[in-house]
Amino acid sequence: MTAREATLARIRAAIGDAPAVPAIPRNYRVRGDLEAGAAADLFAQRVAEYRAAVHHTDPDGIPALIATILASAGDTRAVVPTGLPADWLSEVPSSVSVCTDDGGMTTEHLDAVDVVVTGCAVAIAETGTVVLDAAPDQGRRIITLLPDHHICVVSVDRIVVTVPEGLHRLDPTRPLTMISGPSATSDIELTRVEGVHGPRNLDVIIATAGRTALVRDRSWLVP
Amino acid sequence: MSDAPAPTAPIHAPAGVGMLRGARTFPEAARQALGDPQLRHNLGHATATIREKRANVVAEVADWAELRNAGQAIKSATMATLDEQLVRLEHQVTAAGGVVHWASDADSANEIVARLVRETGSREVVKVKSMATQEIGLNNALAQAGIDAYETDLAELIVQLGDDLPSHILVPAIHRNRAEIRNLFLRAIPGIDPGLTDNPSALAAAARRHLRQRFLSAKVAVSGANFAVAETGTLCVVESEGNGRMCLTLPDTLITVMGIEKVVPSWRDLEVFLQLLPRSSTGERMNPYTSLWTGVHRGDGPRAVHLVLLDNGRTSVLADQVGRDALNCIRCSACLNVCPVYQRTGGHAYGSVYPGPIGAILSPQLTGIEHNASLPYASTLCGACYDVCPVKIDIPSILVHLRAQDVEVKRARRDVPTPEAIAMAAAAWTMTDDRRWSRAQRSSRLARLVGRRRNKARGLIRSLPGPLAAWTVARDAPRPPAETFREWWARERGRDGQRR
Ligand code: SF4
Repeated sequence: MTAREATLARIRAAIGDAPAVPAIPRNYRVRGDLEAGAAADLFAQRVAEYRAAVHHTDPDGIPALIATILASAGDTRAVVPTGLPADWLSEVPSSVSVCTDDGGMTTEHLDAVDVVVTGCAVAIAETGTVVLDAAPDQGRRIITLLPDHHICVVSVDRIVVTVPEGLHRLDPTRPLTMISGPSATSDIELTRVEGVHGPRNLDVIIATAGRTALVRDRSWLVP
Repeated sequence: MSDAPAPTAPIHAPAGVGMLRGARTFPEAARQALGDPQLRHNLGHATATIREKRANVVAEVADWAELRNAGQAIKSATMATLDEQLVRLEHQVTAAGGVVHWASDADSANEIVARLVRETGSREVVKVKSMATQEIGLNNALAQAGIDAYETDLAELIVQLGDDLPSHILVPAIHRNRAEIRNLFLRAIPGIDPGLTDNPSALAAAARRHLRQRFLSAKVAVSGANFAVAETGTLCVVESEGNGRMCLTLPDTLITVMGIEKVVPSWRDLEVFLQLLPRSSTGERMNPYTSLWTGVHRGDGPRAVHLVLLDNGRTSVLADQVGRDALNCIRCSACLNVCPVYQRTGGHAYGSVYPGPIGAILSPQLTGIEHNASLPYASTLCGACYDVCPVKIDIPSILVHLRAQDVEVKRARRDVPTPEAIAMAAAAWTMTDDRRWSRAQRSSRLARLVGRRRNKARGLIRSLPGPLAAWTVARDAPRPPAETFREWWARERGRDGQRR
């Protein structure tokens, strides 16, 4: 008998009393009842509480804002995913070198990069969370992990209110990373310290709708 | 041997491997902890801080009660169909390019992982904090196979460098203060800056530098999983520091060791647990990072993905109609932080990787009650654990159930020499502290409820909870009154003894 068969047989013996299979009471809140502006405000407030920097702009202001954030952080080497709207970096000065990761950048190369700029798949207002799903405007997981600074552009049409709404919009077959503030630890006397292994600095740019580059249709996932 | 268990009978976790059995009984170990004022101070501060954070973020969720009900139902439904769920999970993980392994116990899980690592040609692995791999003693087993395992969670690193044992599910180094950690780093991390201060930021930065190169060069990672979705084959790791993301993303090979009870049926179920867990655990609305992956993602992350499904006594927990609810635990550690016993003794006294109230009901069931007979008594049955548990595990009732089992086992072995002597030793421990005594009295009120159920007509109970239990082994105790004398006194006279 294989370990698989044996384990399954032990389980069947253990539940030989045919325990009741309860119905799942899903009467918890699924949808948030905020209109878009209020949801974006709540999202901004919750992200800021994680000590991430939050910025607001209309779509036309994104390039200038990114350039400003890079300059004030002193970043000189940037990486971007292949699907990032090209004009987002149009105002970045030539003193900043920008690499586009086509999947071929090495770990060492990425480790030497200061900053990554991405979009996001979904943002959840109540928990101040952005979710990346490796779409072309977000790239491989590694590019948002090794650089110490992550600039994430969140278009307001990607913001939902609740966790259930957020998960409905996501495709579980993709690699997903939910990010709520910069990396942190409270392992030493429960004192919260921002920044351990993940990016220590997170800037979130909330952009009003109007430009929905690369929105993929996810409606089939919503029940 | 005719009494050898049939291969299909639920089995306990084997002895001699892993971390489920302490060298000493709980009262022995607790006595030592109680004599350490620094430890009690660290624990008191830490648990009070987390309790307050948790209370704040739970209070802002209007539908917390509904989420708990859903969480409880999902877990119970999962356990009732566990065979089916695991087969679905296996199918989906395999379809997504992963490889599923089944391990009946700690030894076989350790063997599987060691073999998988060896097959990669690597002699080292990076690890993200995982209770299951601590439970099975994986690091030791790998060391014996000539493989170095590096813990990457800051607290686990502190524990590993200090050759110490974890003492809390969420904050394993909760018993260490910053000065101790600084000294440990100076001693154990090669090439560390001797000017290191004990500022937590400086200590975290030192850990970052220490582990960075290891992450970048690691070929194999070992993780646990908080959840696995049967419907989609998706695995989920919830963390804070980013060491989890490093382990899940950078190496070529990822080996995840997961207890069979961690499966959930559907993707939708995560919407419940990803709300319940972070708020109950770290007291945050959401933990900094949650990673979800489904098999191999081409061009992104590990190229070989393994999932080891671990029994190691879980099927014997599942076989107990009352005790099986312990498998519903999502390891948030909220019950530790509210437990008056844990707050005083700390985690080491429990002798297992699972401390606190959950440890008191889980460890004895995984190993068989004979091996952890004192743990079900490590509680005052005050019920605080049940109140905070995000999946509503009725820990006090399971404790009472296990105490009865312990008494049965001992009675069958005629192993109850002088119940009064045991009772008096336990009572002495209880009574040396005023507050402890009032709690024990409250718990004997709970015994009244139990007693009512069992011996309604006669006004007698057959087993007392708490350290007083042994006393009832040989005699029936009279049912305590609904209100203890002290409670009556406090109500009648107030704290200062003046009549109201
Ligand atoms: S028993 Fe409940 S409260 Fe305790 S760790 Fe498990 S889920 Fe959390």
